[in-house]
Amino acid sequence: MKLKAGIYWGAGCGGCDVAVLDVHEKILVVAEKMDLLFWPIALDFKYKDVEAMDDGYLDIAMFNGGIRNSENEEIAKLLRKKSKTMVALGSCAHIGGLISMANFHTKETIMSRVYLESESTDNPDSVLPLEKWNGGKEELELPRFHQMVKTLDQVVDVDYYIPGCPPVPDQIVSALSQVWEGTLPEKGSVIGAGTRTLCDECPRIKEEKTITSFKRTVEIIPDSEKCLLEQGLLCLGPVTREGCGARCINSNVPCRGCYGPLEGVHDQGAKMLSALASVLEPKEEKEIDELIGQIADPLRTFYRFSAAASILRRKKV
Amino acid sequence: MSFEPKIVGFLCNWCSYTGADLAGTARIKYSPNLRSIRVMCSGRIEPTFILKALYEGADGVLIAGCHPGDCHYQEGNYKALRRHRMLRMILPGFGIEPERVRLEWVAASEGERFATIVDEFTEEIRSLGPLKVRDSLEMVLSEDVILNLDTAMEEGGDANEA
Repeated sequence: MKLKAGIYWGAGCGGCDVAVLDVHEKILVVAEKMDLLFWPIALDFKYKDVEAMDDGYLDIAMFNGGIRNSENEEIAKLLRKKSKTMVALGSCAHIGGLISMANFHTKETIMSRVYLESESTDNPDSVLPLEKWNGGKEELELPRFHQMVKTLDQVVDVDYYIPGCPPVPDQIVSALSQVWEGTLPEKGSVIGAGTRTLCDECPRIKEEKTITSFKRTVEIIPDSEKCLLEQGLLCLGPVTREGCGARCINSNVPCRGCYGPLEGVHDQGAKMLSALASVLEPKEEKEIDELIGQIADPLRTFYRFSAAASILRRKKV
Repeated sequence: MSFEPKIVGFLCNWCSYTGADLAGTARIKYSPNLRSIRVMCSGRIEPTFILKALYEGADGVLIAGCHPGDCHYQEGNYKALRRHRMLRMILPGFGIEPERVRLEWVAASEGERFATIVDEFTEEIRSLGPLKVRDSLEMVLSEDVILNLDTAMEEGGDANEA
């Protein structure tokens, strides 16, 4: 019997949906095994179609994107109710993703920056989006923009995680095949990725690491054979889960950490900070400060994808 | 009620914990606000431990290790120093004053110094006030609460209108 599936995007960019399509001809295999009954980006089903389903009607729901507003949260809860298996697809649903860097700001500063201050904004009357508007014939509503971005499992119970920004298409197929073959691991597992660090699958030559200066990717053309971290590029390989096939590394670009932390790591950013500090050369406070002062935006570099899933989760207000 | 800071102290086994022991056996009086945790080396203290302590309710964290050059494992305290300097850089991004995490070198013979550090640090944290990371987070989350789906469906019959 074919599996009944739904795919939804919360606060995301659509990249995960596109990654599902990027499986190319394997989409035929997916279509053979699964009936897609809900997929707003590609198919014309409505929320009410999902509401009409019996609880647990869907075999699997794949939720990509983070939880940024009340609509995201509502549909996450709806899909959880209607699905036997809930999968967080991609970095945002898994660990917050790029969008969760917004947690280092308050809702007010985000609104002000986006609608009032940004260089491309022309808003002389300082109009801000409202949750309710009565100006027309009928009352209109917008979802509430939440105070912070949440991961999917901070809102509903999640069965499996497929990491990546976006997940590698082949990994999506391999994870899905575990669903239809009935070979899923225990609940809560990360599927479609490995268990070691990216450094373990990285093909580059690694020697003794002693960092004496930091460079940004725009400043140098890195040696394509040697470890990027040893060349002073901040690569999150040491604290990131393998499984992407070292896509960025093979393009001579350092890892940004999208596959998230390894099993048992509570805070990917803190782990990177810890790993990095251990391989810096200086031993004197002043020299250390000079060196780490060269890191461009350390907070958002260490927590580029995982702010919402970090221990502190946001800037304290 | 007056504010009594909760301070978590990670003390290295070889120097600082022994220094704290000496403060005790020498019957030196110092602030009771420090909760000591003995670790084998200051280099073992992961930034994760510190963030976790702050999240769980500590108002300040003290890390104490052997003086530079004296580490039982040669390099551990330099790693601790570099981690501390880097952690200080990112704490303001989380809305936490970097002064809440303090690194000090305390040798096994420095009981007096240990007591002075704890007293000073306690007063510093007292003047910074309570941290309350979790309370702040819960307050923010409560503003985000939407109606529970079940209630919404019972009341409105349509989750989209909830």
